Amino acid sequence: MSIKTFSRGGVHPPDNKLSAGNKIVELPPPELATIPLSQHLGAPAKVLVNRGDQVKVGQLIAQSEGFVSTNIHSSVSGKVLKVDQFMDSSGYRRMAVQIQVEGDQWMETIDRSDDLVRNSVLPAEDIRKKILEAGIVGLGGATFPSHIKLMVPQGKTAEYVIINGVECEPYLTADHALMMERSEELLSGIQLLMIGLGVEKAIIGIENNKPDAIEKMKEITRGSSVSVQGMKVMYPQGGEKQLVQALLKREVPSGGLPIDVGVVVFNVGTAHAVYEAVMKNRPLINRIVTVTGKGLDKPSNFMVRIGTPVSSLIEKAGGLPEATAKVINGGPMMGKALSTIDVPVVKGSSGILLMDESEARRKDVKPCIRCTKCVSVCPMGLEPYLLMTLSEKSFFERMEPEKVMDCIECGSCSYTCPSSRPLLDYIRLGKAEVGKIMRARKAV
Amino acid sequence: MSQIIIYTIITLVAIGAAAAIILYFVAQKFKVYEDPRIDEVEEALPAANCGGCGFPGCHNFAETLVKTESWDDLFCPVGGNDTMSKVAGILGREAIEQAPKVAVVRCNGTPEFRPRVTTYDGAPTCAIAHSLYAGEGICPHGCLGLGDCVVVCNFDAIHMDPDTDLPVVIDDKCTACGACVEACPRDIIELRKKNKKDRKIFVSCINEEKGAVAKKNCSVACIGCAKCFKVCKYDAITMENNKAFIDSEKCVLCRKCVLECPTSAILELNFPPPRKKEPVVEASETEIK
Repeated sequence: MSIKTFSRGGVHPPDNKLSAGNKIVELPPPELATIPLSQHLGAPAKVLVNRGDQVKVGQLIAQSEGFVSTNIHSSVSGKVLKVDQFMDSSGYRRMAVQIQVEGDQWMETIDRSDDLVRNSVLPAEDIRKKILEAGIVGLGGATFPSHIKLMVPQGKTAEYVIINGVECEPYLTADHALMMERSEELLSGIQLLMIGLGVEKAIIGIENNKPDAIEKMKEITRGSSVSVQGMKVMYPQGGEKQLVQALLKREVPSGGLPIDVGVVVFNVGTAHAVYEAVMKNRPLINRIVTVTGKGLDKPSNFMVRIGTPVSSLIEKAGGLPEATAKVINGGPMMGKALSTIDVPVVKGSSGILLMDESEARRKDVKPCIRCTKCVSVCPMGLEPYLLMTLSEKSFFERMEPEKVMDCIECGSCSYTCPSSRPLLDYIRLGKAEVGKIMRARKAV
Repeated sequence: MSQIIIYTIITLVAIGAAAAIILYFVAQKFKVYEDPRIDEVEEALPAANCGGCGFPGCHNFAETLVKTESWDDLFCPVGGNDTMSKVAGILGREAIEQAPKVAVVRCNGTPEFRPRVTTYDGAPTCAIAHSLYAGEGICPHGCLGLGDCVVVCNFDAIHMDPDTDLPVVIDDKCTACGACVEACPRDIIELRKKNKKDRKIFVSCINEEKGAVAKKNCSVACIGCAKCFKVCKYDAITMENNKAFIDSEKCVLCRKCVLECPTSAILELNFPPPRKKEPVVEASETEIK
């Protein structure tokens, strides 16, 4: 096996893939679904339903508003109870549609059978349109609307599609399970993306801690123009810039996107959703969520409807352990702690991780000892210790030339710091402030 | 031997003289004239360099005071009217009087009124906590209690009260420079008119949620019922975004609104205890019955 990996920085946290090898369990629709209107990067969608309306599974309930935005569909059938503000994962209140579930009635246009549909004869234009209509976003966690990625800007050409099956976050196994169980559909989705972009070559990158997935994908892609590449286990290999660098030895320029070097990157979950949308007419209404944690009875991979409360997922995985100190939405490296478990699963929820006191506790912050470990692990080649100090002292203007906007917020610096300094917290604050400065400058 | 010394001295003197002449003409050519009054005005300013006037430091402010015609927006909140009249005296102009102000913290969400449901263990600044989530209490508008306002205060006028987890302003030390107002990511702190004996009446809540949600988040939240708005005869109260706001310029401290507020969101500070105690006793008795 080859040992491909990105060349700069990176850390190797313990894998802890507790739910690896567990079958995907499909959960029934919840009793009450709360579907937020902003589940993607960009402008919130414009709501189309009113209180009291009857909706079906797959019905469009909110429409894309603006260029960077996407559609939102009902994941359940029933009556709209409220269109109001609901608490999101950060505790702030945002607009959402709450639906009282009645039965499970699907839109007639959706093909619900498990039959594999292959060999699309659809032109690229139609594929792109279907992806936009289905409300597909990047399911790796960034939730960037996928149809925009399929629009290659003028003067640039796409040469490769890279499919991200790296799943470098510890604990999470959703992508792994998907590759094992839905590999045929996945391959079809990748081929659709290739047609949509008009490219000939696709590479699936998978880390070596998932040998069964590498095996399986290699077997299925044999004879096609899709190749599978095993990779050395290293975090944050799933970052698209790192992945491009690792697989193709091409460096995405500072402030640029992978398309600048002729590559478009999609998560395996996204490719699967593309298959469902194009071949089965099925919008993005469910996703695979890993529910895991050392104290949990049954760490599992669930196929859940968007809008299902997180608390019910934990219930299905054996119930909330007594000793839980933190519930994290996402993986342990990039995920965010939830302030309440009464929040819904959204398009970007890849995992729910339960931590006990010993895992969750942040160690006391000690002074920086200038060891520059953070510099050596930063996959973007930044100087986290410097950025943190600048942010702490509010020197935001000086952070821009230090390329703070290139930070991918992977958290390797905070993870490695022997003084347990909250490097990423401050850098994120600096990014927000520099972003404001840049926008103000653009507006002038 | 002595000849060498003489030659050296002569050469050095000649170089020195030549350099002096060049420097003289260069200095004449690039001379920067600064109004001597700027230094005088700067001398009269408090030299706190706090930025409360909106300029980076006292020198820039002095320069602006000397150079601009209109003083409408120019005021040193730290020195107050005394300093401004002194400056006006130096420049032979008329000072614009401004009522002194004081910073007021508009949140009363102590752990007793606003139960803490989570524990925050991230970087201890309000700015970061605010960008991450709603805070330890449920109210997404309430004080985060991490003290960004305390850090920025140059005058030691604001402190965290460990019992209430809220900042407390020391009115005598507060210069109304506005640094804490800027620092607060939730805009909780406001500069309000300073009254006699530091008396204050204000709505100690800035949440914009609907009444039921606000009340659930915090028992002393403003629920936007507008009872105070109806009772105020002086048009000092406005209702906007589900909350009441008392304009400190218009308020005459009659305290009628304080009695009306069903959630005790309106605070009265530094007032003597009410003289007539009878009606209060009656009210409580009827409640017991």
